Amino acid sequence: MSGRDVTGGDVAHASARDRRRARRHGRQRTWPAFWVFVGPFLAGLILFTFLPIVWSAVLSFFDAHNTVTPTRFVGLANYVDMLTNSDFLASLGTFSVFAVFIVPTTVAISLGLALLVHRLRFARAFFRSVFFLPAACSYVVAALIWKLSIFNGVRFGLANTVLGLFDVDQVPWLSSASPPWYWVALVTLRLWLQVGFYMVLFLAGLQRIPGELYEAAYVDGAKPGWQVFRYITLPQLRATTVAVVLLNLIAAYQAFDEFYNLMSSARGYPPFARPPLVYLYFTALGQGQDFGHGSAGAVILALLIGIVTVLQGKLFGFGRRD
Amino acid sequence: MDGPHAVGYARSARGRIGAIARYSALVLAALLFLLPFYLLVRNGLASDAEITAPDWTFFPTTLHWGNIGELFDDPSVPMAHSLLNSVLVSVVQTIGQVALSSMAGYGLARIPFRHANLVLAAIVATLMIPAAVTFVPTFVVVSSLGWVSTLRGLIVPGLFSGFTAFLFRQYFLSFPKELEEAARVDGLGHWGAYWRIVVPNSTGFIAAIGVITFLGSWNAFLWPLVIGQDSSSWTVQVALSSFMTAQTINLHELFVAAAVSILPLLLVFVFLQRYLVQGVAESGIKG
Repeated sequence: MSGRDVTGGDVAHASARDRRRARRHGRQRTWPAFWVFVGPFLAGLILFTFLPIVWSAVLSFFDAHNTVTPTRFVGLANYVDMLTNSDFLASLGTFSVFAVFIVPTTVAISLGLALLVHRLRFARAFFRSVFFLPAACSYVVAALIWKLSIFNGVRFGLANTVLGLFDVDQVPWLSSASPPWYWVALVTLRLWLQVGFYMVLFLAGLQRIPGELYEAAYVDGAKPGWQVFRYITLPQLRATTVAVVLLNLIAAYQAFDEFYNLMSSARGYPPFARPPLVYLYFTALGQGQDFGHGSAGAVILALLIGIVTVLQGKLFGFGRRD
Repeated sequence: MDGPHAVGYARSARGRIGAIARYSALVLAALLFLLPFYLLVRNGLASDAEITAPDWTFFPTTLHWGNIGELFDDPSVPMAHSLLNSVLVSVVQTIGQVALSSMAGYGLARIPFRHANLVLAAIVATLMIPAAVTFVPTFVVVSSLGWVSTLRGLIVPGLFSGFTAFLFRQYFLSFPKELEEAARVDGLGHWGAYWRIVVPNSTGFIAAIGVITFLGSWNAFLWPLVIGQDSSSWTVQVALSSFMTAQTINLHELFVAAAVSILPLLLVFVFLQRYLVQGVAESGIKG
């Protein structure tokens, strides 16, 4: 790594570098240069990430309605309230159901598309672009198409028109809590938007698999198709798959855009289908501006995500070097 | 150009049938993926009656090109202003984030400093905290700065991404040292080496990260919604969302607005897709 070095020292080695610099520039330290490069960024990170987290942790022990300054110390009361609040707990349940739907289907479809596209001889770039194209669309725009065109209410909308062709009864897609038809809209919307993104990750993973492995499998008489996939492709894609599952799970935890836009109307947000972020949004920035409870909820959510991430890391060995 | 695994099998009859099946499946999937874009354009060019007609048809009977002009002439809809806000926010955030992160990444990767590991640990720690969970606390800080409903409030918190800085650090670690060494021998300082040698030789990576940043910034919704409390500071996403949940909806205008809002990204997509794909691959693998 150090390459040819005229002074014969290892550049990565600080003391050798200092000596060389000292020879050239006189006694000079590198820390001013370090701070010129890293300082502005770090200052912003402290102000807009670290300070907010500390402030939030403090606020979570206080009563803070309609104000962002702590007013009355309430100890753990906010945490107790949130953890016994059936709406907040229901929001965690909503997330869990959503994750159970979205994570496996995303992995399966994006891996399936990647395998199909990877083996193409013609028009590979074309198909990759088409499946990746929804990534250029925002959740807001997608929600608009889903809500006002595909899953529009009874009597109009593409989904009901198609059902009508088969003489199936019209479905009130977004306004029915039981059965929860709105899940169809929520899940298909996210699949459409993110499957292409993860397909690109899988394609990159497939490209890194050495061709010799397949040649060896062919020579050894492995049947093309399932055997090769099971014993060569899948194990080689392990790191990518783990990354996709993890990214997916975190993204599902942060679900906000499509829930907010699909479900809310001029009449407000229905009591069902509120994932944690939607719940916190209405708690902290809704009518009551309850920053104390909102902060406690954010801390709980951050801890939960932390635990899940660590567990997942332990389970799949994420971050471990192969 | 295909994976070698296809070589042994593709020429057989079985391989040919497999190829036909694959292409059929892909064409069908591609049509499904393109359908929402078609609906966007169809509804943007249809009349309100045709968007909500009980006897829905795939093609509208007449195309109303006037819908586009109507959108920008409608004084009750701050569409042009919201688009301008979005352009400002995305461009400044992209340039700012790439500049700040690449500098920080370079410093961390290349400038020896006794406590660099501590700084790096602090940055990596922020990766563990999902950005969306911090929206309440960040709102608290930005609100006490008095930045609610300002462009500053929209832009500045998004300039500092620990993730992007970390990506740049990893990239600069593998940047060939010889180039910089030559520059140093020629008397350039750290800044000169960074600005005249490293940056010009990293344009591909910078473009990849820049395109991803632009995409994320343009499509961001939660933060602009939280901070844009009056319509003068709406981004196009917040504007669309507000029109969607308004009492009275002008449907055809709404669909034209949505189509207009994805145009910049489609352009990015068509012309910079190489960088976009590279950026996704880079940022995904390390995520």
